[in-house]
Amino acid sequence: MSLLGTLGGTLQVAVIVGGSPLLLGVMRQVRARMEGRRGAGVGQPWRDLRKLAGKEAITPRGTTEMFRAAPVLLVAMTLVVVVVAPFVTTDSAIPQIADLFVVVALLAHATVVLALAGIDTGTAFGGMGASRETTILALVEPTVLVAIFALSVPVGSTNLSAIVGSSLAHPAQAIAPGSLLAAVALIVVIVAETGRLPVDNPATHLELTMVHEAMVLEYAGPDLALIELGSAMRLSVYLGLLANLFLPWGIATEVGVLALLGGVVAFAVKVAVLGAVLALVEVFLAKVRLFRVPELLAGSFLLALLAVTSSYVLA
Amino acid sequence: MTKIPDPRMPTISQAVPVDPHQLPERAAALLDDGYRVALIAAHDDRLSGSPDGSSDGTGLRVVYLFTRGETLGRAESRIELQLRLDPAAPRLPSLARLSFPAGRFEREMHDLFGILVTDHPLPQRLVRHFHWPRGWHPMLSDAGAPPAFGDVEGPYPFRTVEGPGVYEIPVGPVHAGMIEPGHFRFSVVGETILNLKARLWFVHRGIEKLFQNRTPEHGVELAERVSGDTSVGHTLAFCQAVEDARSIQVSENVARRRAVLCELERLYNHVTDIGALCNDVAHSILNAHAQRIREQLLRINDQVTGHRLLRGAIRPGVTTLAALPDPTHLASLAGDIAEIAALALAHSVIRDRFTGTAVLTTQQAHDIGALGYVARASGLAVDARHDHPTHTARFVRAEPTTTAGDVLARFCARTDEITYSVAILTTLLAHLDGDLGTNQKANERVASASPSGTPRSGVGIVEGWRGTIVHRVELDGTDRLTRCKIVDPSFLNWPALPAALTDTIVPDFPLVNKSFNLSYAGNDL
Repeated sequence: MSLLGTLGGTLQVAVIVGGSPLLLGVMRQVRARMEGRRGAGVGQPWRDLRKLAGKEAITPRGTTEMFRAAPVLLVAMTLVVVVVAPFVTTDSAIPQIADLFVVVALLAHATVVLALAGIDTGTAFGGMGASRETTILALVEPTVLVAIFALSVPVGSTNLSAIVGSSLAHPAQAIAPGSLLAAVALIVVIVAETGRLPVDNPATHLELTMVHEAMVLEYAGPDLALIELGSAMRLSVYLGLLANLFLPWGIATEVGVLALLGGVVAFAVKVAVLGAVLALVEVFLAKVRLFRVPELLAGSFLLALLAVTSSYVLA
Repeated sequence: MTKIPDPRMPTISQAVPVDPHQLPERAAALLDDGYRVALIAAHDDRLSGSPDGSSDGTGLRVVYLFTRGETLGRAESRIELQLRLDPAAPRLPSLARLSFPAGRFEREMHDLFGILVTDHPLPQRLVRHFHWPRGWHPMLSDAGAPPAFGDVEGPYPFRTVEGPGVYEIPVGPVHAGMIEPGHFRFSVVGETILNLKARLWFVHRGIEKLFQNRTPEHGVELAERVSGDTSVGHTLAFCQAVEDARSIQVSENVARRRAVLCELERLYNHVTDIGALCNDVAHSILNAHAQRIREQLLRINDQVTGHRLLRGAIRPGVTTLAALPDPTHLASLAGDIAEIAALALAHSVIRDRFTGTAVLTTQQAHDIGALGYVARASGLAVDARHDHPTHTARFVRAEPTTTAGDVLARFCARTDEITYSVAILTTLLAHLDGDLGTNQKANERVASASPSGTPRSGVGIVEGWRGTIVHRVELDGTDRLTRCKIVDPSFLNWPALPAALTDTIVPDFPLVNKSFNLSYAGNDL
């Protein structure tokens, strides 16, 4: 456990926990401005969280510990990823688990926990949302694993720090065909996993069309605040991974105030820009019919497969 | 050359007394002759007299209104069959096997008046709320004030669909968005809807009962609030019915001003729906722009009538405006909305979501008796503006351009109607030539109708933005309302929604529901 890794882990928690609701705020604000609305302001998600946290905790009758534990588990699993992944510094606080497979498994687990909580409520919506979410998850997982494999082939390791370090050392890798194909595949995966358009509409109030929101319909108060925070953190983590796996520049490689500050700023800027671009593109998208989602995800799987092939052939 | 009768002449509705056993035969003959069941209303004559004065003051009476639209060379026709029932045991033969809408009216009568309909194929309760006391029928004259919630009648007998993997999704009556209350019970396998049952009447306000004992002038404020988005449609139908009863003939310009208001109402509602349909497929930028145009239309409404929802302009016999809308402004707004519609249809994902979703076939629409844009999107040319004209200007009937009956067809029916509406408005505004109807003397002359001393009845038929609205009023000798029966097109269109939804997937339901956009308040009354 290096000093750089420990410092990085601490900074990353502060930046992502504090910044992910702001990222959501930025994305909503971009969308609002694009649609000619004033928008609620960048700080609105934080104000919402404060409001929810101040409410009475309430759980539906008949729910079990699964329902109560899920929000905590969601945030906890995401926090582990936040601590270990190389977002601000190249070194990891716990290098042993800064592994792509571990990180992906943790993020997928968080989804599974939410799906279980949705089923636990026993309502039609919870079950419906869980069924849709697991369908998407099942289609997404192979893509993620294959895309990661494509990235680890040139490096010879699935350790995130190693991949980021290698990209820094060999900038040409970032524009290698395998890397580009994997990036596109991962973008589709991120859109599906974080419930963005065209797969899910995060702004809808229509219960019957929801995917992610349908699972968490029964949550209220502080539990809902945790879920909202956890979901925002997941979005930041996914965008952060995307940014640093393919464009790692600016990340701190040594201990020093300037280097760390630069790492934080670079990470914040990259994620904010990615989020803004995502929100910008969403303005021009519409939600696809649920039965078309598998087609979209199959397409991304194909890209991931091509990425692996090209990594081998062109390496 | 065939002579078209002056539509401003009060329509002579033929009132034909029939015996219960003759009813099915008479009704079948009329239906075969191209008539539709426009309205069926029960009346409790035990305290008030009936319009033809022949009442012995006791018993229940049922009026069946059959209408047939005007076509080239054939004037419109309205025929009323009147039926007296034994007050001790009110019974009716069912027409449900001849006409689906008639079956719905019969269930409504059963719940509100306690009239037994024999041989009804689906005798479940319709209006009747779960908590109403057993045997309490609110429209009877001795029903009294609404009692406390009484012994529960038991849950509604939803049809259970059985089979491997079939599950139920109950939704509502309280929904997440700004929607009126309604309970939907989906039977689903996977994501495919096998069966949908909509339970409505959660906003039953007893509005027909509230009309009783009011003067028609005081009834207007109720008519404006039957369904908030259709205040012109319902007020106009109500006023036409009152004028028909009083044998008042409104001037051509009054009829034109009313038509202008009706088209303004159609415009702002269709624009809202176009935006909302885009929003339901998560393409909210088009909704934002549709909302911008809607706001401009509401401001025009405010200038024209002093009310953003066009209330306060139409009164029995008169229609006074504060200003006339500017046709060039309306045309430019119509251009904007056409651009929004074009952008929506050019978007491949939106087109994919709309096309082939929730098809209502022409046959289904005809059998159910669908009205308005729902019927026109399925290829039926029903439009009271042509079927039951109220002013002399004749416009070419916009023939339905499609028989597809899917969400796309209902979307396009709205965009087509906006263009058509603006064309009508331009012509009418030119004919009006700035006449706002503010001539006090003329207005007072029409409005000061003295009570006739004898009970009378009248019918008003209007093409509201959702479809054909029918009101039938009865006035007593002192010119007070004894009965006002309201038929919103939603009452007839609601059964079309489950019919269209067969084999549609659950996540498409909100989109389909919006494409029908039926009124809950207008249906529940």
